Amino acid sequence: MSAIICKDLCKTFRQGEEVITGLDKVSLSIDAGEFVCLSGPSGSGKTTLLNAMGGLDRPDSGEITVGEQRLDTLGKGELADIRLNSIGFVFQAYNLIPVLSARENVEFIMQVQGVPAAQRRLLADQVLAEVGLAGMEGRLPSELSGGQQQRVAVARAIASKPRLVLADEPTANLDTHSAAQLMDLFVALNQERGVTFVISTHDTRVMGYARRLVRLQDGRLISDEPQQPHTMAQG
Amino acid sequence: MSGASRVVAVLAWRNLWRNYRRTLVMLLAIGTGVWAMIFMSSLMRGMTDQMVLNGLAVLPGEVQIHHPSYRNDPSVVNSMSAPGGDLLAALEKPPVTAWAARVRVPAVIASERDNRGVTLLGVDPSAEQPLGSLPDEIVEGRFLADAGDRGVVLGASLARKLDTQLGKRVVIMSQDPQNNVADRGSRVVGIYRARLASNEEQFVYAGRDVLQEMLGIGDAVSEIAISAGDYRQVALWAPAIIAAAGPDLEVLTWMDLDAFLASMLNLQDGFTLILMVVVFLVLSFGLVNTLAMAVFERVREIGLMQALGMRPSLILYQLLLESLYLLLLGLAAGNLLAWVTIKPLESGIDISGVAQGMEMMGMGTTLYPALAYQDMLMSTVVVIVLGLLASLLPAWRAARLDPVRALNKT
Repeated sequence: MSAIICKDLCKTFRQGEEVITGLDKVSLSIDAGEFVCLSGPSGSGKTTLLNAMGGLDRPDSGEITVGEQRLDTLGKGELADIRLNSIGFVFQAYNLIPVLSARENVEFIMQVQGVPAAQRRLLADQVLAEVGLAGMEGRLPSELSGGQQQRVAVARAIASKPRLVLADEPTANLDTHSAAQLMDLFVALNQERGVTFVISTHDTRVMGYARRLVRLQDGRLISDEPQQPHTMAQG
Repeated sequence: MSGASRVVAVLAWRNLWRNYRRTLVMLLAIGTGVWAMIFMSSLMRGMTDQMVLNGLAVLPGEVQIHHPSYRNDPSVVNSMSAPGGDLLAALEKPPVTAWAARVRVPAVIASERDNRGVTLLGVDPSAEQPLGSLPDEIVEGRFLADAGDRGVVLGASLARKLDTQLGKRVVIMSQDPQNNVADRGSRVVGIYRARLASNEEQFVYAGRDVLQEMLGIGDAVSEIAISAGDYRQVALWAPAIIAAAGPDLEVLTWMDLDAFLASMLNLQDGFTLILMVVVFLVLSFGLVNTLAMAVFERVREIGLMQALGMRPSLILYQLLLESLYLLLLGLAAGNLLAWVTIKPLESGIDISGVAQGMEMMGMGTTLYPALAYQDMLMSTVVVIVLGLLASLLPAWRAARLDPVRALNKT
C-alpha cells in the first residue's frame, strides 16, 4: 500500500527577477513502512518535496496523494487537519514551543486533536521515556540540550501515532553522538511501529540508515535506489 | 473547554509574560487610560449631577403639578386646590418618597432702604425638608418653624441688597385673585446661603398658611412638588401621577420643566462615550504595536504551530485571547485605581477659585465626583470591544502566515 504518491510535481520560486526551479516533474511512490532518505546538495529540492508531501506547500502542478487523500486539491484548513492527524514533523531547528515544557510540547498535537488530558499525559510520558527523556518531562526547551530538544521534537511527532513522519535535516544541528542516537531511534520506530519515515538530508552518514535512497538535483529526481542500511557506528 | 481551547488559553497567558517588561508597560498604559476614562467621567457626571440637582433645588421635586396656565402666568389666579382623592392617594404611596404643596407667586419685597422683585415661596417646612428644597445653610437666625410661621427668611445676598438684617421688618407685596394688592409686614427671622448666589436673591420663604391668608386663596396652592429619590428614574413613575392628577392639572417632569438640564444630562452621556473612545483610540496604537511586535517575534513559532496542524482560526483565537488577557488586566488595574482615587474625593473638591465662572453653568463651589458603575461598565465595554477590533489586524495577519515562509524566518 502506498503511503505517498507524487506525480509530475512541479514547483518554481521567484527570487527577484530570477525564477528558480524547486521541483521539476518529480514522480515518486513510497510504500507504507518504508524508510526513505531524500538526498542531494543544497537547493536540489529536498525540502520543497518534503514540504509538498507534508501539505505545507502547494505544488504549481502535478498530483500528490498521502494515504487516500489528494493534498494538492485541499484548502488551508483541510491541509492543517491532515497534518494534525496523519503526519508527524521533525524540523532541522528543534522548533519546540518555548513557553511549554517538554511534556506539554509532546502533548500539544494531542491536545489540539482533543485527546483527553489523562490519556495524553500518559502517552506523552511513555513517548518521552521511549526517546530517553524520562525525568525531564517538566523542563522547558531552554533547559534542554540540542539533542534533547530534538528528541522532544521526535516524541511530539510520534506521540499521536501518525502513519508518516517527515524529517527535514533532523541531524543538521546535532553532534555525531546525538545524531546517531536520533537515527537509531528513527530506525527503531520504523521497525517496531511500522511508521513510514521520509528524511531529507545531505549527510551521508544519515543516508546510510535508509533502505531506499532518492537523489535530487536541480529539482529533478536523478536516482531512486534501494540500499542495505547500516549505522553511523558502522561508518 | 476543549483541549484545543485549553492549550490556546495556556499559550496566550504564557506568551503574555514572555516579554514581561513590555507587558507591564502596556498594562500601565491601559490601566492609566481606563483610570482617565472613569475619572474624567466621574468629574463630568458629578458636574452634571450637581447642575441638575441645583436646578431641581430651584424647581424642587422631579415632578411638579400646576394649574394648566400657571407656567405662562405664574400668578395667584392660576392656583389649584390642595391635593385630594386619587392624587393624594398616589402621592402617599411608593415610589413617591416626598411631596409638598406650596404657594409660589411673584412678589415685591421692600425694606426701609430698598425693594426688589422676588419669588415668594409659601412653604410647609416639614413637607419640604424631605424634598431637600430648603436653603442649604441658615447663616443667621432660624428657618421657618411651620406653615403658620409669620416670619420670612431671606437670602444673604438679597438681605445685603435690601440693606436689611435679621430681626428687621420687611414688607411683602403681591396680587390677590381679584388683582388687588395684598401685602403684609413680616420680620426677618433667618438669613440663608444657597449654593448659587442667584438663588439667594430670588427666593424669599414664608409660611404657606400665612401666604394663603394674605392672598385670600383658602387652601389653594401654586404647585405640588414630588420626589422619588433618583431624578434619572422619573420616566418610570411619572405616568402614575399623571393618571391620578387627571386632565385638569398639568403634570410635568423636571425634563419638561427645564429642557436645558435635560439636554445637559443627555449630552453628558454622549460626552462620556466620546471621551472614552478618544482615550482608547490613543491607547489602541500602543496595543496594536505590542501585538504586532509579539507576532513579529514569534513568526517561526506561529509557522510551527500551523505546520503541526493548528488551524489558522486557532492562531487568530490565541492572539485575540492574548490581547483580551492584556485588556482585562489593564481594566482591572484601571478600575481599581479609579475606585481608590475617586471614592475619597466624593466628599467634594473645592473649586471656589473658579466658582464664579461655574455658577453660570449652575455649578456650586464644590464639585462632587460621582463614581457610577455604568461608567465603569461602559469603559469596560469600550476597551474590550475596541481593543479586540484593534487586535484583529495583527492577529489576522498572523493567522494567514505561510507556514513554510514562517518556519524559514530567521
